Amino acid sequence: MTADLFLINVAFYVVGAIALVGALIAVTAQNILRAALGLIVSFIGVAGVYFVLEAEFLGVVQILIYVGAIAVLILFAVMLTRGLMRGTGSAYNTQWMGAAFIALILFLLLGVVALGTRWNVVPRQVGDDVIPQIGTELMTTYLLPFEARSLLLLAVLVGAIVIARE
Amino acid sequence: MDILNSLFTNLYDWLAATIHSLLAGLGLTKDAESAIVAAIMGLIVVTVILLWMVLMVLILIWLERKNAARVQDRVGPNRVGPWGLLQPVADTVKMFIKEDIIPTNADKLVHTLAPIVTMAPAVLAFAVIPWGKGMFPADLNIGVLWVVAVGSIGTLGIFMAGYGSNNKFSLLGGMRGVAQAVSYEIPQVLTIVTIVLMTGTMSLVKIVESQGGWGGLQWYIFAFPVGPIAFVVFYLSSLAEVNRTPFDIPEGESEIVAGHHTEYSGMKWGLFYLAEYFNFFLVCCLGAILFFGGWQGPGFLPGYVWFILKVYFLIWVGMWIRMTWPRFRVDQLMGFAWKVLVPIALLNILLAGLRFDLFSLLRMMGLIS
Amino acid sequence: MLDRYGIIALFALMAVIFPAIPLLLSWVIHPKKPNQSKLSTYECGLEFEDFPEHVQEVWVQFRVQYYIFALIFVVFAIEVVFLYPWAVAYNALGLFALVEMFIFLGILFVALAYAWRKNLLEWV
Repeated sequence: MTADLFLINVAFYVVGAIALVGALIAVTAQNILRAALGLIVSFIGVAGVYFVLEAEFLGVVQILIYVGAIAVLILFAVMLTRGLMRGTGSAYNTQWMGAAFIALILFLLLGVVALGTRWNVVPRQVGDDVIPQIGTELMTTYLLPFEARSLLLLAVLVGAIVIARE
Repeated sequence: MDILNSLFTNLYDWLAATIHSLLAGLGLTKDAESAIVAAIMGLIVVTVILLWMVLMVLILIWLERKNAARVQDRVGPNRVGPWGLLQPVADTVKMFIKEDIIPTNADKLVHTLAPIVTMAPAVLAFAVIPWGKGMFPADLNIGVLWVVAVGSIGTLGIFMAGYGSNNKFSLLGGMRGVAQAVSYEIPQVLTIVTIVLMTGTMSLVKIVESQGGWGGLQWYIFAFPVGPIAFVVFYLSSLAEVNRTPFDIPEGESEIVAGHHTEYSGMKWGLFYLAEYFNFFLVCCLGAILFFGGWQGPGFLPGYVWFILKVYFLIWVGMWIRMTWPRFRVDQLMGFAWKVLVPIALLNILLAGLRFDLFSLLRMMGLIS
Repeated sequence: MLDRYGIIALFALMAVIFPAIPLLLSWVIHPKKPNQSKLSTYECGLEFEDFPEHVQEVWVQFRVQYYIFALIFVVFAIEVVFLYPWAVAYNALGLFALVEMFIFLGILFVALAYAWRKNLLEWV
């Protein structure tokens, strides 16, 4: 294996580990704010995975939207509910063994499917200038979803404002 | 002049060649050898940039205090070293030896991590800044968006500092600080879209290179009316992002003690202070690259000298604004961002899209390429 | 591809190490003499620890204003993410791209105007 490929593999395992550790903290932390911070670490790990897969625009968008915007939203929402919550309960409820078992079954199932399928490898290389392509495709092939997206965002904003004001 | 211009790139090539020849005797495979050379050269580049930035910040601290003093008709630091030049060094030593006090019932881990989370994005954003012709660590084709995205991670550090201090003032200051940073990010990013519209690429290196006409003076700030409007909106929102006066409600001493870093002492506070100056320098670098042509300039000075001059010009303007304008109230602050800057930035994008600027006019008349 | 992101990975490593080094150095050097008044939080007058336990929890009256601003920011950040590829590809596309983008921006401007009219952009 060449040095390049080796380094890319190392990078993939590192960012995957970051994403997994973050997710573990998010699920098991007792203090809800630490759980939120663990979730943010997981977001950064996922962004790293995008970078390793050469989808750099997607990685940057992940950091900007998830870590920059949605993480802030989650933290503010946590602060909003902290006043109503008195005392921190345990992170586990009584059914955690059943849930862990089902999650393990799901993981094995997905693993078998992912490794066993013959994926259809597309021979076309994306190349370096993918961003103008994204822009063009947005305006031509995917125009309808693009405009519908703006209506969706409008609905989201109006709906959330109506709910938040009550 | 070309020799001076490519001084640092030649130095880099010579060092890489030397390391190659040092490793040649070990008999490694071709790509392992080039990977090791790239790693060593990368470490050298990162270290040099970080040391350079620390030097720049020390100069900035001295500049700020002397500037503030002169504006207020006094002398400023003049005891430590000639003209007080060693004052920042004294400040740094002071920060190292002060006791680190973490309040009781504070979340120790979050309290300690907050300065690191605030500092790391400032360092990471310097990975794409071109200091001169061919003098950049990495030329990402998402260059501008990288700086913006990485900068948005810094707001989390403010929140962590506010929460981790177990103090009402800190928490309030932290949340206000995050709300302000988040509100002013939108006008800043929208004005950068204007520049990307005029250039057709997000890569910082290519943006600088596209401002090379007119003997190195075809800067985007001269593209009336889109350029100056975009620059003013960008500069104001950047000052607000960095929490400098007149936008420093989250840390104004008369308002909320020191906001999110009230309970910080010693080196942790020093890191917040350092991060603020790093960020200020970063936005001035970005302003110089996007609007003032980066390292482009008439040929009698090398490119990197022009760049430093432009960055220090923007820093001086920022300090001047700090010394003279009164502070915004917190409600005026938010209103200004969303009701004034965002609509102006959106209109500016419309103008730039319609090619309603001086450069496009001259291009249509065939006067420039 | 790898060469560019190799430097970025190095920068990321240094970005975490660089702040940690002065902290470690300072921790080795600085005195450690905690006492009651140093460890108490910054308050004016009243002693925080004199209050009964259930009142000692730090809680700021959270206004929904903070949440609304974060929400508007999320919506505009997503809008910005669509603006960038359009801006990069703009030279190659025609006038119709401008019109399409302005329909998109117009709808989101309506969202901002809604929030404005409902006085949600005020920080009371």
